[in-house]
Amino acid sequence: MSSVSPSKHTVIPFGPQHPVLPEPLHFDFVLEDEKIIDVIPSIGYVHRGLEILASKKEFTEFVYVAERICGICSFIHGMGYCEALEEIMHIEVPGRAQYLRVIWSELSRVHSHLLWLGLAADAFGFENLFMQAWRAREGVLDIIEETTGARVIFGACKIGGVRKDIDGDTLKRIADVLNNLQSDVQAVCDIFLKDSSVKHRLCGVGVLSREDAYALGAVGPMLRASGLAYDCRKLGYAAFSDINFSIVTETDGDCYARCSVRIREIYQSFDIIRQAIAKMPGGEVCAKFKGAPDGEALVRFEQPRGEVVYYVKANGTKFLSRFRARTPTFANIPAMMQVLKGANFADVPTIILTIDPCISCTER
Amino acid sequence: MNAKRTMITIENQELLKAVEGYCAQGYRLVQICCVKETEGLVLHYTFDKDYDLIDLSINIAEGDPVPSITTIYPCAFLYENEIHDLFGVPIQDINVDFKGLLYKVTVARPFNPAADPAARERS
Amino acid sequence: MAFFSMAGSTLANLFKKPATRLYPAVEPKCSAITRGHVAIEVNQCVFCGICGKKCPTGAIEVNREAKTWEIERLQCIACGNCCEACPKQCLSMDSAYSRPVTAKEKENAHEVARGA
Repeated sequence: MSSVSPSKHTVIPFGPQHPVLPEPLHFDFVLEDEKIIDVIPSIGYVHRGLEILASKKEFTEFVYVAERICGICSFIHGMGYCEALEEIMHIEVPGRAQYLRVIWSELSRVHSHLLWLGLAADAFGFENLFMQAWRAREGVLDIIEETTGARVIFGACKIGGVRKDIDGDTLKRIADVLNNLQSDVQAVCDIFLKDSSVKHRLCGVGVLSREDAYALGAVGPMLRASGLAYDCRKLGYAAFSDINFSIVTETDGDCYARCSVRIREIYQSFDIIRQAIAKMPGGEVCAKFKGAPDGEALVRFEQPRGEVVYYVKANGTKFLSRFRARTPTFANIPAMMQVLKGANFADVPTIILTIDPCISCTER
Repeated sequence: MNAKRTMITIENQELLKAVEGYCAQGYRLVQICCVKETEGLVLHYTFDKDYDLIDLSINIAEGDPVPSITTIYPCAFLYENEIHDLFGVPIQDINVDFKGLLYKVTVARPFNPAADPAARERS
Repeated sequence: MAFFSMAGSTLANLFKKPATRLYPAVEPKCSAITRGHVAIEVNQCVFCGICGKKCPTGAIEVNREAKTWEIERLQCIACGNCCEACPKQCLSMDSAYSRPVTAKEKENAHEVARGA
């Protein structure tokens, strides 16, 4: 603790509305001069009580609600809900549907990381890079619109498989578009990683040690940037058991390491999509099922922000008795508080954005 | 990969000892979840180590006090405050206790409404 | 360490067209399967009501006796469940987005077909 008496401390509220903050979260910072000594988080500004809707909407219709928990992480929420129910009802999802789910979830990851890249650049004033990153993101959104019919909330998953198929010609075209996109994205990301002014703002700032990251329950790129190789895609859900990829880690644990992990994951996602397109089997895209679910399931997926856990409990009627989504930002908040303590107040927007908060997921 | 998933049910009194055991073995806390049953509630504590998942569940009756695990896992305070605000489970000795103000709801215990209508008014 | 790495792309951008479109003066870019709004061929509708039951938000209201089909545009999430469920194939997904409105009103399919 500090040697200055508490009367010299200032308490400054940060959020929920703030010019650099993309998400409505609220922190109360206890400051001594410019250094942060303590952080008190406050969430709940966009709490919509979506989990209780599970007992009011039929389980086949709830997939639309699950997708709308968050706009950026939307596809994986829908997919997670469907896979949890497929496990309870013992539905065998066809192979082609599994590969399509892999392609869409990796496109979702690329779109989320490019969106984050733009916001992170905007947070420390680099608006030009913000616009370039979002322009590259438009290429990904066009692919998504051509294959699912919508840009952000895909509406592509249903229990038993997926709602739309992608034919062979479109898949080849997607592979070509991604190759062109990769060179655009590479140009933008190289600037981010190598520019001297960006490095000056990010290196050595907001360090999270390996032991703290594990003990505080951090997930996703926050955990991987501190040196722990942990990625839920290695559990082999959907078709990930057939895809070769290695877990992206860094060891420094500072803001620069977190940014570098996300950027390398973009390139890795391009590679995963290419592998999935090459290995795509033929066949149906949806399995039929009858009846109502009865039982419980606990499944885990890798969202762009980290590990998401779904717990579904069904009681044999067409309304579920409990649906719970433990989203990655909810687990990252204690680690976020640890990183912010001891930082300068001017670095706060940069640190919060490298953690990549998604508050609509956190509060559902 | 062959990841294990085990679900165990234990008694309320054995909770702290079991959680200490998992912490000593190097497990990390994944989530705490509360489910409302027709009679009482069930609390699920999920732990993970190297992709192996263990889910501890304890059955409690309405109003049963539950000890907080923040002495062992300090990051559990958010989950416990959320369960207290939404379900009304009295969890004791949380290290960062928001005292019911984490979610500023107008109706008390929205996910587990009290049987008595008068008790539903926010205190 | 790189310095002035954005200078090249900034200069190039001075001479390029903007990447954005002047919506609503210019129509938005969409694909063949974009889910914009639900369109109905009301003369082929038998008013069975299956679309109303399958709608997750309850935006469609079908009255069998009065033979009316109404949709609340602001409630519709353009998911396409109704189009998949219709036994007469008279519902389809059009790629134009619904225009902004100033009041929450149900849209009656017969009135729209008459050109109201």
